[in-house]
Amino acid sequence: MGAYLDFIRIRFLTMLAYRVNYYSGILIYSLNIGVNYFTWMAIYGKGESLGGFSATQMTSYVAVSWMARAFYFNNLDREISTDIRDGSIAIQFIRPYNYVLVKMMQGLGEGIFRFMLFMIPGMAIAMLLFPVQLPTELSAWVGFLVMLFFSFLINSQINVITGLSAFFVENNEGMMRMKRVVVDLFSGLVVPISLFPDWLSSVLKFLPFQAITYLPGSVFTGRVQGVGIWNVLGVQVFWFLVLLIPIIWLNHAARQRLFVQGG
Amino acid sequence: MYYFGLINEYLKNYIKSRLTYRADFWVEVISDLLFQATNFIFILVIFMHTDSLGGWNQNEVVFVYGFFMVPFGIFSCFVNMWGFSERYITKGEMDRVLTRPAHNLFQILLENIDPPSLFGSLIGLVIMAISGANLGLPFEWWTIPALIVLSLSAVAIYTGIYTTLTSLSFYSDAPTGILPLMYNIQTYGRYPVTIYNRAIQVLLTWVIPFAFVGVYPAALFLHRDEMKGMALLTPVVGAVFLTIGLLAWNYGVKRYKGAGS
Repeated sequence: MGAYLDFIRIRFLTMLAYRVNYYSGILIYSLNIGVNYFTWMAIYGKGESLGGFSATQMTSYVAVSWMARAFYFNNLDREISTDIRDGSIAIQFIRPYNYVLVKMMQGLGEGIFRFMLFMIPGMAIAMLLFPVQLPTELSAWVGFLVMLFFSFLINSQINVITGLSAFFVENNEGMMRMKRVVVDLFSGLVVPISLFPDWLSSVLKFLPFQAITYLPGSVFTGRVQGVGIWNVLGVQVFWFLVLLIPIIWLNHAARQRLFVQGG
Repeated sequence: MYYFGLINEYLKNYIKSRLTYRADFWVEVISDLLFQATNFIFILVIFMHTDSLGGWNQNEVVFVYGFFMVPFGIFSCFVNMWGFSERYITKGEMDRVLTRPAHNLFQILLENIDPPSLFGSLIGLVIMAISGANLGLPFEWWTIPALIVLSLSAVAIYTGIYTTLTSLSFYSDAPTGILPLMYNIQTYGRYPVTIYNRAIQVLLTWVIPFAFVGVYPAALFLHRDEMKGMALLTPVVGAVFLTIGLLAWNYGVKRYKGAGS
């Protein structure tokens, strides 16, 4: 276990070495929030409420969704598929650790870095620029932070699955791009899920993506309160467990299929 | 002539390497279109909840979107510098490029050519035709020539911006994560920029002029007279930003010292 914790630490320190890059990121995420904010305000016009969101709630939702993305986003899919394609995964497989778990730990190290040096300062700037309303209930804060952690887990699991698929399709560049688009759209980052047409939002209720952005965002903006928080947290835990199945299966199948294409 | 020969050779190479991963070709086409679909869905969802966005109706916003797809497809096909820093600087492939006679940027662009992106341009033209017909836009004698000139200017703007940003990797050893982030922003130039506050309008017009690849040029076809001046300015902005990009690039290459290994 100690070795796994070291993977978190090392990735965190590596990210810290490149921290200057993230200042531009904060700027650009703020710009993203700004543009979305003005687009939504133009849509609201004189309207009071859209899909159950008041204008202020929408602002907070947009801000917190982008900043949550600043935390949970990582490139595990690309890292894994690079390992597979250049053959270095063969070495990693014979080392005395679980490859997928190591990747998750590295992702967590990156996540902790992104949380402290990207999400928190970014959120502070977003709050200065836009009328973001912070939750007042303690339960909302605790619920949100716990859910944020599950957002990270579920998003990373989806990344791991996409990455490992390189074993079966050799070149999974297209899949990785597709995954990124699907996650951004169906997680509720681009449009909150309650604003989708009914048939689509009811389909999305049966997919894991809502658990990444929409559910934590709903808790943060106070649309989901009290006991409801346990329910949406339950949805996240459910998806976390379900997504373990394909990962275990892929990891197992990958060992049977491993053939190194070069190197 | 020499450069045309090179284009031919690189295309042949592209096709050969592409045929190795046949299924992936279609996956890539679909994922490109899906990326566009995200934004398209955003527009459709918006107009389920409102009739106008800053005084523009659904067909007009969709038309702007269709126009936006045309230059973006051409740009993505010929100017694909995603992962440049990692591949060329960190892994040292830049050294190989520099030992050859053709211009280094030209070689890099050709090595990364991506024809599936052109499907996006085609879809964009179809979207323009459909929403244009819905709006009853007249087909003038200048429509086609203007479409060509404005699209090429928009491609020049994209190329200028992304060449400038990519050339930053010559100055800094660290991979700059700025390119993927920029991809998120470029789509905002499609919306009527007048809905944004002044600072963002100025930013999208003069600093990172993504408004010139979407809403301004499209306004010309939509006969939106308030933006006509800006539309006609597009080629100028294209020339300016392309020049900045090339200068930044050439200066960066001069400074480039190689990164070991």
